[in-house]
Amino acid sequence: MASVRVSEAEKVYIMHGVLDDLRLDGRGCEDYRHMEIETDVVSNTDGSAKVRLGHTDILVGIKAELKRPKPTVPDEGYLEFFVDCSANATPEFEGRGGEELGVELSNTLYKVFGSRRSLDLRRLCICPGEHCWVLYVDVLLLQCDGNLFDAMSIAIKAALFNTRIPSVRVSEDEEGSKEIELSDDPYDCLRLGVENVPCIVTLCKIGHRHVVDATLQEKACSAASLLVALTPRGAVTCVRKLGPGSLDPDSIFEMMEESEWGRLFMLLSCYCCRRRSLLARRGRRLASWRSIGSAPYSAGCFCTF
Amino acid sequence: MAVDMRLPTVRKEISLAGAYSSTDGKHLVVPGDVITSDIGFMRGHGTYMDDEKLTASVAGEVERVNKLICVRPLKTRYNGEVGDVIVGRITEVQQKRWKVETNSRLDSVLLLSSVNLPGGELRRRCAEDELAMRDYLQEGDLISAEVQSVFSDGALSLHTRSLKYGKLGQGVLVQVSPSLVKRQKTHFHNLPCGASIILGNNGFIWLYPTPGQQDEEAGGYFTSLELVPLPDREVISRLRNCILALAAHKVLLYDTTVLYCYESSLLHQIKDILKPETMDEIVMLTRQRLLEQEG
Repeated sequence: MASVRVSEAEKVYIMHGVLDDLRLDGRGCEDYRHMEIETDVVSNTDGSAKVRLGHTDILVGIKAELKRPKPTVPDEGYLEFFVDCSANATPEFEGRGGEELGVELSNTLYKVFGSRRSLDLRRLCICPGEHCWVLYVDVLLLQCDGNLFDAMSIAIKAALFNTRIPSVRVSEDEEGSKEIELSDDPYDCLRLGVENVPCIVTLCKIGHRHVVDATLQEKACSAASLLVALTPRGAVTCVRKLGPGSLDPDSIFEMMEESEWGRLFMLLSCYCCRRRSLLARRGRRLASWRSIGSAPYSAGCFCTF
Repeated sequence: MAVDMRLPTVRKEISLAGAYSSTDGKHLVVPGDVITSDIGFMRGHGTYMDDEKLTASVAGEVERVNKLICVRPLKTRYNGEVGDVIVGRITEVQQKRWKVETNSRLDSVLLLSSVNLPGGELRRRCAEDELAMRDYLQEGDLISAEVQSVFSDGALSLHTRSLKYGKLGQGVLVQVSPSLVKRQKTHFHNLPCGASIILGNNGFIWLYPTPGQQDEEAGGYFTSLELVPLPDREVISRLRNCILALAAHKVLLYDTTVLYCYESSLLHQIKDILKPETMDEIVMLTRQRLLEQEG
């Protein structure tokens, strides 16, 4: 990840500040930076979104293609992730410098979206065993200012919400070969239900406390962070520890409880934002978003440390 | 817990009624603009000849000195001049010098002979001093220094030969564009709101808690790692956000603007200052106050 050099005295200042719940920019330990989300930014994709969290800029484009489904699950489509760390973000990413980080981010996304509960992949199936939709999710890192995972998950959720997959009609010939016809009407499309798509919350441990949405300077002061991916219902799809330091089991449980609240607020705001953008474009009312409620903390999770 | 999400909006242009006539008399150009077709002029930095017409190659202001025309860019790396105060970060420790990053095209150089020895002795530097270099300044440390000279390739040579320069202790570094920092008599200010500021000419601004009386004689060798009290921290965080708000609106930075912006921002919470609408409001109030003060 792009890193900044911080002197020892600055580190001490940051750590003491976190203990007092006052970070460098006046935020508390549980506050996120100002976030701007925009959907439908790239015209030649089926769905796209751009998220700006502080100075972190992420662009996601989704393209749907027809492919054969995987042999183990013939009645489902699937998602393919690719993260491109462009040299725009920092000179360290020049040439092949960003490849390692890109691969790490893609692998984390596969784990996060690997759960069956996040997206209903059966809707992506056209003919079981023969044709299905594959969604190629391409993430482009334009600017890096810390907290890449959270911004990426929000951008992917918004892009999936924006994705319009054209409706297909399968017709069978006399010889038995199937022909697929795509509908010409641009409004006749399949929209994905993103209510259960997980959001990632990253908590960085600085000193004895943990902070949400760490900037690059705060990242330089922390030895370990915990990444938790949660769905609105409270299901944890992925837990990962990042960084060279170690985490106490007690602090891990504390951080996971913290992320529950983080996820609730983020998803509430996500729904508000999407509702506003839909209203702005079509003037129709969204379904009620009050169904999130307070989900119980679920102990079952896929852990990878 | 606060998460603020919104759709992006087009930023409004803030213009004050009546007096902002700063663009009168300034010849602003963008790359490709023809400056003059007259062939009698010599071309300086930021220009090139295109079919016998003098064209600008950077975006900035045209400066004319007798027969020499050059374009001074608005956004550029720091170009140092002798006597400038800068804040820099040590990137390398070499044999008899340190390499300092100052947001310029080349890393600046701080020679071992240009720093003060502990205790203020004046003597020739020996081999032990060379081995002890890392004990004084390591990679990542911040220093404040003055530009002593400029090498032929454009690299700056720094010195910390005064008690006010040296290694910096606890505080916050803010990075802005070098062209936003106004050249003034002094760049070290003890603001009345309760913090101190160093406005480096290279765009690095250092905010730190005002040192007590006894610390001032220590020189650059001792950095206090004591806990900074919460009220001081709040002042420093607020100043940091105000400086970022001013930089986003391209307001020239000097002690008066920073102070006016701080006072205008007292109505808002510290973390709200960086929201676009709050930034607009605060910068507008600051500009109004500056105009009143001038006129």
